[in-house]
Amino acid sequence: MSRRPRVAAAARHWVASRLALVAGRLSRLTRRGSGSSITGRVLLLLSPGSLARLSRDRDVVLVSGTNGKSTTARLLAEAWRVQGPVTTNGDGANLAAGVASALLTSSHRRVVLEVDELALPEVIARTSPALVVLLNLARDQLDRVGEVSHHLRLWSAALRSSNVERLVVNADDPLLVAAATATPVPVSWVGAGLTWRKDAQLCQRCGGLIDFRDDGWSCAHCGLSRPPLELRLDEGTLWVEDAEHVDLDLSLPGRASRANAAMALAAARELGVEPALAAPRLARVSDVAGRFSRIRVDGRDVRLLLAKNPAGVEAVLDIVAPEPGPVVLAINAEAPDGRDPSWLWDAPFERLRRRPVVATGRRGSDLSVRLHYAGVEHLTASSVKQALHLLPTGSCDVIANYSAFSMARESLRAGVQM
Amino acid sequence: MKPSRVRIAHLYPEALGTYGDGGNVDVLAARLRWRDVAAEVVTVHVGSPVPTTCDLIVIGGGEDEPQSVAAAELAASLPAALDAGAVVLAVCAGLQLLGHTYSTTSGQTVAGAGVLDLTTVAGRRRAIGEVLADPVDLELPRLTGFANHAGETRLGPAAHPLATVVSGPANHPGGKDEGAVQGKVVGTYLHGPVLARNPGLADHLLQLATGLDLEDLPDEEVEHLRQERLGHRPGPRLRWR
Repeated sequence: MSRRPRVAAAARHWVASRLALVAGRLSRLTRRGSGSSITGRVLLLLSPGSLARLSRDRDVVLVSGTNGKSTTARLLAEAWRVQGPVTTNGDGANLAAGVASALLTSSHRRVVLEVDELALPEVIARTSPALVVLLNLARDQLDRVGEVSHHLRLWSAALRSSNVERLVVNADDPLLVAAATATPVPVSWVGAGLTWRKDAQLCQRCGGLIDFRDDGWSCAHCGLSRPPLELRLDEGTLWVEDAEHVDLDLSLPGRASRANAAMALAAARELGVEPALAAPRLARVSDVAGRFSRIRVDGRDVRLLLAKNPAGVEAVLDIVAPEPGPVVLAINAEAPDGRDPSWLWDAPFERLRRRPVVATGRRGSDLSVRLHYAGVEHLTASSVKQALHLLPTGSCDVIANYSAFSMARESLRAGVQM
Repeated sequence: MKPSRVRIAHLYPEALGTYGDGGNVDVLAARLRWRDVAAEVVTVHVGSPVPTTCDLIVIGGGEDEPQSVAAAELAASLPAALDAGAVVLAVCAGLQLLGHTYSTTSGQTVAGAGVLDLTTVAGRRRAIGEVLADPVDLELPRLTGFANHAGETRLGPAAHPLATVVSGPANHPGGKDEGAVQGKVVGTYLHGPVLARNPGLADHLLQLATGLDLEDLPDEEVEHLRQERLGHRPGPRLRWR
C-alpha cells in the first residue's frame, strides 16, 4: 500500500471511532440500550476496515457454538486474567458490531470474544484470531440462523482461508469434528460431553448413522469417529492427557456449566495457563450476565435461567430445583429469539409434569398448547411477575428464552431494592 | 366400531425432524388417546423401508443432505404403504420429497417418491414467515402456520392445493397455492407444527385413517392460540439493542 491510502484509512478509522463512541454515549444517555451495538454499527458503517485494524497486534480468541458461548467466554477470560487484563464482549453483543465495539472501548492485548454462529466466518476473517473455541452446534432460530449443515460448511470455509493457529473443539459433537477435520488447522480435542444428540445423528461427511456409545461415537458407514482426547471431562473432574486431573468446584450449576468450564480450561491451557492454576478462578463465577442469578421478589427467591433452543431447555431442566419445585416458563419470538417458536415441540417439556408450572411470554399461547399436549398441567399469566404471584411463596425457577429473559430480569429488578 | 389400535409411523426423525416435526405425531396420538382410541407410534429410522402396516404416516422437514438420505428409501417403499391404505402427512421437505423431483441448494436434481404431482426447484431466496391460508377442497377452518423453505414448488393437474394463501409465503413466489392434496396424501409447507395449530386438519387425517366419526375435543388452549395467530396481533415492538 502506498503512503497516501494508508494515511487515509487511519484518518477514516480515527474519525469513525470518535463518532461511534459519541453515538454509544448518546444511546446510553437516552436509555436506548447499552450502546455497544450502536457504537460498533457506526464504526463499521463509516470504516469497515476498523475491525481488522482494532485486532492488529492483539491476541484474539473467539468462542462460538449454539449454547454456552457467554459462559465459556466469561470463564476463559477469568482464567486468562492470571496473565493480565482481558478485553471481552461480556454484554453478550456477539455480532460483528458488538465485537467491534468491545475492541474499540477496551484496548488490552488479550481479547476473548463470544461470537454468534452466523457471524463467525466474518469475524474470523476480520479479526485474525489465534485460537477459536467451538462448543457445540444444534438447531436454534432456524428462521434467522439457518440449518446446521449450512453453518458447518461456512465455518470450514472460513477456517481454511484463515491464519487461525489452533482450534479447541468439543470432540463429543460429531458435527464439529466433521467441520474441524475438513480444515488444515490443528485441533485440541476436548471430551466435554453432548447431551443433545438430535442434530448430530447423521454423519456430516457421508450421511451415515452415528453410533453413540459411553466411550465415544463413530459413523457406521465411513468410520469417522471421536478423535483421541487431550482433555476429558468426567462428571466434576477434568482429566488432562489422562495423566493429571483438576476438580471443577464450580458455583455455576449443572452439567452444561461443567462442559463450558472444561472448554474454557482447555483454551486457557493453549494460552499458557495451566488448568490447576485457572480452576479456582472459575469456581468464583456465580452468574453470567444475570443467568443463574437469584433475585428476591415479593417474598420469593427467584432464580433466572436462560434456555433458547431445545438443547438449552434440556440442559436447564437438569438444574431446576427438585420436584415439586415450581417453574415459570417465559417464551418470546422476537427478532433475537427467532420468529418461529416451532422449536418448543423439540424440547422435552414432558419432564415438568409433576410440578406447578406457569406459562407466560409473548408466545405463552404456543407454549400453553405445547404443555397441554405434553400432559403438563399449568396456568397461564401475562407476565413473569404475574406468574410468580400465582405460585406459593418460597423458591422458584424462571426459565426464559433470550428476549423474555431480558424482559424478566429488567422487570423483576425494577421491583426490588438492589 | 372403534379400531383396536391406530398405528402412526414417524418417518426418519433423525433426517426429517428439523422444525419440531415430531410435534405432529404427538398431536395425532394425543387426539386419539383423548377419545379413548389406542395409538401406537412406530418410529422408522433411516435405512429402514416405510412400513405397510401403519394407518398414518408422518413425514417431516429436514436439511438438504439428510433429506437426500431419505429420498431413495421413500421412493422405493412409500408407494406400497399407500397401496395398503395409509394416510400421509408430509411437511415442508417432506412435501418436496413426495413430488417427482426436487433440487438441492447446490443445484443437484433428486428424484422424489412421485406420489404427489408436483416438482420443486431451488429458489433464490428463502420464504420465511407466518402464513394464513384457507383450505380449498377440505371443509376446515383457516390454517395457520410458519413457513421456512428455499424450494419453489409447482403443482401438476393431479394434485390440488391444500389451501389458498391469505397472507405469507406460498408454494412458490407470486403464487397463492399452499401445499398439495392428492388422494390420501396431504402435503404442506406449514410447520409450527401444523397439527398443533390446526386441530381440524389433525382430526381430518384421523378421520380419513380410521373412518371414525370423531367427537369434538375441548381445545381451549389451542383455540386461544388460534385466535391470536388468526388475528395476527404481534405484541408491541420490543426495543432491542
